[in-house]
Parts: sequence; C-alpha cells; structure tokens
Amino acid sequence: MYKSENRMTAWFIGIAMVALFIGGSMGPLQKLEHVGINWYPALSRLGVGSVRISTYYQGLTAHGVLNALVWTTFFIVGFFTYAIPRSLNKPLTHRRVNQIALIMMIVGLVMAAIPILTGLASVLYTFYPPMKANVFFYLGLVLVVVGSWVAGWGFYLTYWRWRKDNPGEKTPFIALASIITMVMWQIATLGVAVEILFLIIPWVLGWTDGTDPQLARTFFWFTGHPLVYFWLLPAYVSWYGMLPKQAGGKLFSEQLARLVFWLFLVLSIPVGFHHQFVDPGVPAGWKAIHAVLTYALFLPSMLTAFTVVASLEVGGRARGGTGLLGWIPKLPWGNPSYAAQNLAMILFVFGGIGGLTNASYNLNLAVHNTAWVPGHFHLTVGSAVTLTFMGVAYWLVPAISGKQLFSRRMGLWQAWTWFVGMLLMSNGLHILGLNFGAPRRSALGAAPYVDPSWNPMQIEAAIGGIILGISGLLFFGNILATALSRKRVETPVEMPIAEPLHPEYGTPAWLDNWRPWLVTTILLILVAYGPVLVSMISNINLTSPGAVIR
Amino acid sequence: MHIDRYERWYLYGAIALLLVFMLALAVSSFAFGIRVPAPYEKVDPRTIATPPSPWGLPEEERVRELAPGRYEAYVLGQMWQFTPKLITVPKGSTVTFYITSKDIQHGFKLSGTNLNLMALPGEVSVLTATFDTPGTFNFICHEYCGTLHHTMFGQLVVEE
Repeated sequence: MYKSENRMTAWFIGIAMVALFIGGSMGPLQKLEHVGINWYPALSRLGVGSVRISTYYQGLTAHGVLNALVWTTFFIVGFFTYAIPRSLNKPLTHRRVNQIALIMMIVGLVMAAIPILTGLASVLYTFYPPMKANVFFYLGLVLVVVGSWVAGWGFYLTYWRWRKDNPGEKTPFIALASIITMVMWQIATLGVAVEILFLIIPWVLGWTDGTDPQLARTFFWFTGHPLVYFWLLPAYVSWYGMLPKQAGGKLFSEQLARLVFWLFLVLSIPVGFHHQFVDPGVPAGWKAIHAVLTYALFLPSMLTAFTVVASLEVGGRARGGTGLLGWIPKLPWGNPSYAAQNLAMILFVFGGIGGLTNASYNLNLAVHNTAWVPGHFHLTVGSAVTLTFMGVAYWLVPAISGKQLFSRRMGLWQAWTWFVGMLLMSNGLHILGLNFGAPRRSALGAAPYVDPSWNPMQIEAAIGGIILGISGLLFFGNILATALSRKRVETPVEMPIAEPLHPEYGTPAWLDNWRPWLVTTILLILVAYGPVLVSMISNINLTSPGAVIR
Repeated sequence: MHIDRYERWYLYGAIALLLVFMLALAVSSFAFGIRVPAPYEKVDPRTIATPPSPWGLPEEERVRELAPGRYEAYVLGQMWQFTPKLITVPKGSTVTFYITSKDIQHGFKLSGTNLNLMALPGEVSVLTATFDTPGTFNFICHEYCGTLHHTMFGQLVVEE
C-alpha cells in the first residue's frame, strides 16, 4: 500500500545518513585540532582533483551544512513521508509532488556540496555576508529548502483529501504534529529565502556593489531559530506519538500534546533576536521582547518533559515497576531504539537549561560566540534530535527494508557511547566558553591567545569527541550491515503508534482547527518583526562589498 | 481541557521560575546597568578607515581621554587584526568602545568583562566598561572571518 512512500523514505533517509557520516567525520578532526593534533594536511592529500578537504574551516563548513542542514532536513522529510500517510491511513494523493521534492533536494544538495568540497564556500553553515562564496552554494541551499516546501505541499494535499473524506473526525496525532511542523517550516524559511534571493545572490553576481550585513543577519535568524524547532519537533513526534507504545505505555495527555505543537507553531518564529542580542543594529527594547517570547517558548518544552516522562512511566509500571522510581529500570532499556531516545531526552535536559541561559537577554553577553554555544547545541540538535533519529532508524530501517537490525547489542553500545561521549564533550565546551571565554568556530590549535589553563577542558572535549566518533561508526556499521544483510524480519515492522491514556477526554475542536492558530502565528510575527524590519529595510545600507572567502 | 493535577502544579512552578528569572534580568539590566548593544549609527565600510573618520586615525590616536579616567576607544576590525592591537588605560578608568569592521563580520570579546560584541561593516557597536583590576586582558575575534580568524586578537593593559 505504501510502496512508493517507502521508496522515497529510503532515499531521503539514506542520503541523510551519508551526509551525517561525512559531516560527522569532521567532528573528531576538529576536536583533535584543538589539542594540537592537526590532521588536515594529511586529509587534504585524500582527494580527487580539486575535491578535497584541506582546512579546518572548510571541514567545519562541511560539518555544519551536512549535519545541521542535510542530515536533519532529509531525515525529517523522509520520516514524515513514512509517518503521515500511515497515521492518516491514506497513501499520498499526489505522489509525483513528493518525488519532485526528492529530486529538487538531491540536485540542490549536489549543487551546494561541490563548492564546499572544492574549497569555494568555506563560509560555515550560517554563510554570513559579506563573506562571499560561490553562487552555486547559495543556489543549492535554496533548492534544498524549496524542495522541502514541495514535500510539505504533497503532505498538505493528502491531508486536505483526508479531511474531505473524514468530515468531523479529529486529525490523528502523528499526522497533525508532523503537518504543523512542515507548516511552521514553510513560514520560517521565508526569512532565509529573502536573504539569499535579495541580499546575497544579486550582490554575489555583481548586480549590486554591496549588501547589508545587519539586515541579512536579521533575515537569517528569522529562519534560524525556528530551524531548531524544525529539527526538534520530529523528535517530539516520536517521543509523544511513538515511544510510549514502544515502552508499553500510553500517551499521558493527548490534549496537551496537541496544544504543545500548536504553541510551537505560534511561538517558534517571533523570537529570532535572541540570536542577535549583541548585534549593533537591532534595538535593545525589541531584543527584550524577543527574550520574553523565548521564555514563553520554553513552556511547551517544559510541558513535553512532564507528559513524555509520565507516558513512559505508564509503560514502566505496566511492565512491573513499583514504588516511586522502580518503573525506570523496567523500561525497555534492552531495545536500542528505546535506549537511544531515552538517553537523548536526558542530554536534552542539559541542552534546554543552557538554551534558557542563551535566551536570557543580557546574560547572553557571557556566552555569545564562545565554546558554550556548540556545547549547547550538541546537546540539542546533536543529541535530542540526532540520537533520537538514530533511535528511530533502529526500527524504521527494518520497517522499510524488511531486514532485521544487524545487532541489537551494537545498537545499545552505540546509544550509550553517544551519551558518555556527549557528556564529556559538551561539559568541556560549556566550561571553555563560560569560564575561559574560548571562542567557537576557531582553529584553537593554532591560536596565539590560548591559555594553558584551557588544556584540561580541551582534552575532556577531545576525548568526548573521539568517543562520539566511535559511536558514529557503531551506528553506520550497524545500519549498513542491516541493509546488506539477508536476514529478514519474522513479522513486518509496523510504525509504533501510542494510544491515549484517556481516550474518553477526546479532543476539543479548538485543538484541531487551523485558522485561529495560523492567524495568531502570522499576527505575532508581524508584531515581533514588523517594526524592526520596516525600519531596517527603509534605512537599508547596501555599502558592504565584502570579500571572497576561500 | 483536562490537565492532570500534578502536571498543572508543575506548569505553575515552571511559569513562576521563568518570572523569577525575568525579574532577575530586569534588575541586572536596570539596577546594575548590564546592557546589550543598541543601534548607534550607520557607517560606510568603504570609507571607514580614511580620515576624517575616527577609525581612520593612526593607531596611537584611537584612544582618547575625554576627562580624567574617562576614555573612548575606536577599534576597527579587519581580516585578520584589530587596530589598535594594544590599548593601555590606568586602573579605575571607564572606557566606551566604538567598534566596526572595514570588510566582513567580526566579533569582539574582551576577557574579564561583559564586553561581547559583533563588529559588522556598516554598523557601529558601542559598549562601556570600567577597569578596576590591573592586568593584561585579551580581546579576540569570535566570529569566523576566514583563513586566519584564529589569530585575530589584541590586548588591553590596565596599569596600576
């Protein structure tokens, strides 16, 4: 019934994993460079023609783009291609649309990857103008983003058909949450699209002499914050909608789960200034307003912590756990899909606390652009999201391929080594940033201002990074062996769907009605961004010619 | 809408915690004067390093004493250095930094202070700090700016 969807999912997820493999492999090299072990000269000898990674910053660009943009976007679209039709119990109505999306995203990926791998776009994944890269880098990124929009349109068409065929029925939770995520992404990416189409490409092609870096940053971070929720919400789809089933539990509060996703639609976008607290051109009062909105955005995640843990507790107790905490060991820790996701949640607690710090207006002065920031985001996108996606892969790859997971033990080792490696690395990075003011995105092994007092934390972070590298190898080895294996699953793997603990509560209409939420979303964006954007655009300062960065 | 009793109390607690944090931030901002940068003026990076621009003055003249213990410093970032690279002030002085870039985005972080800024071409970043502790403090670029980004730093010396 879902043959076409399965094939597309396989492509999306396969490409995502190759991206994570290449992008991730840069990680240990970066950590080693920081402690004075520079493998980039050796790495630069492994290449074909001009396709080679020669410098720390070129590798870091690949690391950011492939991990934070490609691994995530491709996995998410693939995951949703698998999950939405099954949740609606309806195959995609316009398969061609989603196939076109896949092709656009692949073409865009190749188009952006070539400049990166040939050293023509070492501008990191934020590509802040007026650093200038090869035009195809930007065009490729646009194509990947627009391709993801097209995938969304395919989902919306299917959903629209489902609503017509099922009048009065509440949207199934997994489908609703996934579609909300895509709609939020559609609105959010308008910022970076405007930045690239109007401020970057005309300037790169020489149609204008200069660009406006402050306005460009503002458009970028309009997208940049909701970007992290585009990454996180699919993990929440698994934690709310699938994991409780895997744990033998039930979704503790389906109403709150739905509310959480609507709140993310409304609050993910009008908060971007918290990435710009030390920008010169954004007014301090508006920075404060975005800080307050970001605090509000913290609440749906706090709700998630309670509801998800409560849902898992239902499972732990159903499996025989008693007493205050006795349900915890009774959870299916022997299932790598479960272990990875539960460990991801624990790491996310630290990531969330750090995120609150970053959002705290003037407190940001203590941490902006220091190593604290990668410490934070490796716990969030690098763990809450990535380790969860790995956990999902442990059932999704068998589901699509019909093959048994090659090794359950390897999966467990992988999840736990990621956990330990990440604790070590992010602890080191946080302290380096906050206590020592070490900068992020810098080849510290060659920096003259590094102090010997930084060494213990540098070494801790490097050890963590190497353990993460080993964990990565365990993951890819296991998945590759699964794909190549001949052992088929005994019974076909089905998508886990968590049932509500209290189906009798039902779903109030306002939690299944798009219009009020969409209107509120747009209004809040206009309020939070309108005045500043109008002011910045009317005083546009296109005087920065910038420089080509190799 | 049904909310479990424990979850309801948990949510009240979360909201209370956030309100306490916001209060702390308001106090630190208004009572302690820990401010984030705010818009100052727009400039043209193509002419920023030529007189009569204050960033066009020779390095020795970029730090001005306005009154005893009260200074202004005009710092210019470029690939891959700050000018001036060395700033010397007496202990107890208050210095207002005016920072911009003549080419691409740079960062500026002065250790031992809350001075953490972006240096964007076309914009001026302004923050003030008081230096009560003698010593040598590094200011580094923390926004990637190309091949030798990691060598871009200067020093502030606070003299006894």
